[in-house]
Amino acid sequence: MSGDAGFLLVLALMLPATGIVAMFAAPMRAPERLAFLLYPPTLAAVVAIAVIVGRSEAALSYTLGGWSPPLGLMLRADGAGAALMVMSAVIIGLVGLSALGAFRTPEGTSEARQPFAFWALLLALWSALNLVFLAQDLFTLFVALELLTFAAVPMVCLNGKADTLQAALRYLLFALVGSAFYLMGVALIYGAYGALDFAILRVVMREDAATALAVALMIGGLMAKTAVFPVHLWLPPAHAGAPPPASAVLSALVIKAPFFLIVRLWFDLAPYHGAPAANLLAALGAVSILSCSLLALRQVRLKLMIAYSTVAQVGYLFLMFPLATSDMPWETLGWSGGLLQIVSHAFAKAAMFVAAGLIAEALGHDRIDDLAGAARAAPVSVFAFALAGLSLMGLPPSGGFNAKVMLISGAVATEQWWIAVVILAGGILAAGYVFRVIGKAMADAGEGVAITPVPRSREAIPLALALCALVIGFVPLQPFAYLAIGRSTGVMP
Amino acid sequence: MNTATLYGLMTAGLIGIGLFGLIMHCTALRKLLSFNLVAAGVLLLFGVAAQRGAGAGFPGDPVPQAMVITGIVVAFAASALAVALLLRLLDVEREDDAP
Repeated sequence: MSGDAGFLLVLALMLPATGIVAMFAAPMRAPERLAFLLYPPTLAAVVAIAVIVGRSEAALSYTLGGWSPPLGLMLRADGAGAALMVMSAVIIGLVGLSALGAFRTPEGTSEARQPFAFWALLLALWSALNLVFLAQDLFTLFVALELLTFAAVPMVCLNGKADTLQAALRYLLFALVGSAFYLMGVALIYGAYGALDFAILRVVMREDAATALAVALMIGGLMAKTAVFPVHLWLPPAHAGAPPPASAVLSALVIKAPFFLIVRLWFDLAPYHGAPAANLLAALGAVSILSCSLLALRQVRLKLMIAYSTVAQVGYLFLMFPLATSDMPWETLGWSGGLLQIVSHAFAKAAMFVAAGLIAEALGHDRIDDLAGAARAAPVSVFAFALAGLSLMGLPPSGGFNAKVMLISGAVATEQWWIAVVILAGGILAAGYVFRVIGKAMADAGEGVAITPVPRSREAIPLALALCALVIGFVPLQPFAYLAIGRSTGVMP
Repeated sequence: MNTATLYGLMTAGLIGIGLFGLIMHCTALRKLLSFNLVAAGVLLLFGVAAQRGAGAGFPGDPVPQAMVITGIVVAFAASALAVALLLRLLDVEREDDAP
């Protein structure tokens, strides 16, 4: 379906982008007002796209300028893309609300450096995320990935200190090398086939060495941006050094977009992949889970622990590749489990980072061993942290439980026992680091602990995010029809 | 050896030197320069694809050339961002060291 409804796709992309331009061009009283002004229409566009895709059970597409591929560009929202866009919109909205505390433009000035940078980068990130979920050809996806990187990197060093600047520089270098590898793969694919559009490539792809090399290069580059072992070293300092709203958005959304691209490349472009490649990705994911969960147990600072937990949970996503090998992968439990893990981890991690930010504000520090008294200072935040931890551990009711049960069921059904063992071990380790924090936070504070109370209204936001992660747990434990919309055909409508 | 093969070998050389620099050099500026070499090699690969895919009578396929231009702009913006971060880092470290 194209035409008028397809213009919603353009709105979802361009409304945040016009916001950034307006922030620079038109002097405003405060940039956050512009951000909040543009949020409802963009959210409405994204929700409308999701509803249209669900109701018509077909992907929504739009060709820019009326020129069809291969020379023109097409935007297309299938079931998985629309669901991820809604997830991004909800998380960005709630995190934006939580950022009003730290990034409100001070009275008496029209703009200040940090708030202006934060709100502009948040809108840029949203626009780039929507482009990654909607674009249909490999080069537009390259541009979208670069936009995402350029919006995410400055968010890491908003406080201007030396350590966060170093973390941002390391993140940028890893991301750029990943992009270079991705672009190399794109060049090889263009050299082999003369086209870069998904619909055309799906038809003409052959199984030969050039294609395999190109797809391997692209997936390797995207893995560096998703922070899976062994190229995850940039993530913990970057996400821990960023301010809490920025960490929430980075961990929840920015690393999921390259993973979504890996999924699209794997299942749409190279569906003939063999077991060794799938097992290699799953093995790297398993090492991520186990090694980074163990590292998370040993962390001194709360935000670093949550960042290591992010790398571990992203490892779960890579376990879905050996579990979704079939002629119709979108009907397997592995596919639904992996995509559900993306969504539930996004909500849970955003809740954790926002809650950790509020706890750090209340106590003045974020050392785990000295968290005693946090449950009295910021009770709702600690509760939200615990609820989000349920999702990370894989305990019911939570989206994380559903995702992990689906992955375990898929593993048992295809007799890949080691995957089930890794998922269960990861759950136990997650329980270790979550309960360690909760235990310390529930302890009574000794004398002389300075506590700044946090307003309850601000604490409601991590609770809302954690409840979203919980509500997702009420979906049925079977492959979703919604995520399969737009998958089986790939032909241009 | 025709020109496409020659340029292909140059691509491999540039990417190889760039990757060597990325792995072996420690400082951020050197890594950034190595990234620029890798990017140059990758964009040259697009040029090779352009020449090999040229239609009848045309010297080169224009679509990869457009992608090369976009790639150059993106790599330039990335380098600018990295240099800005590096300069700011040096400034902050100098302030921290000064009494």
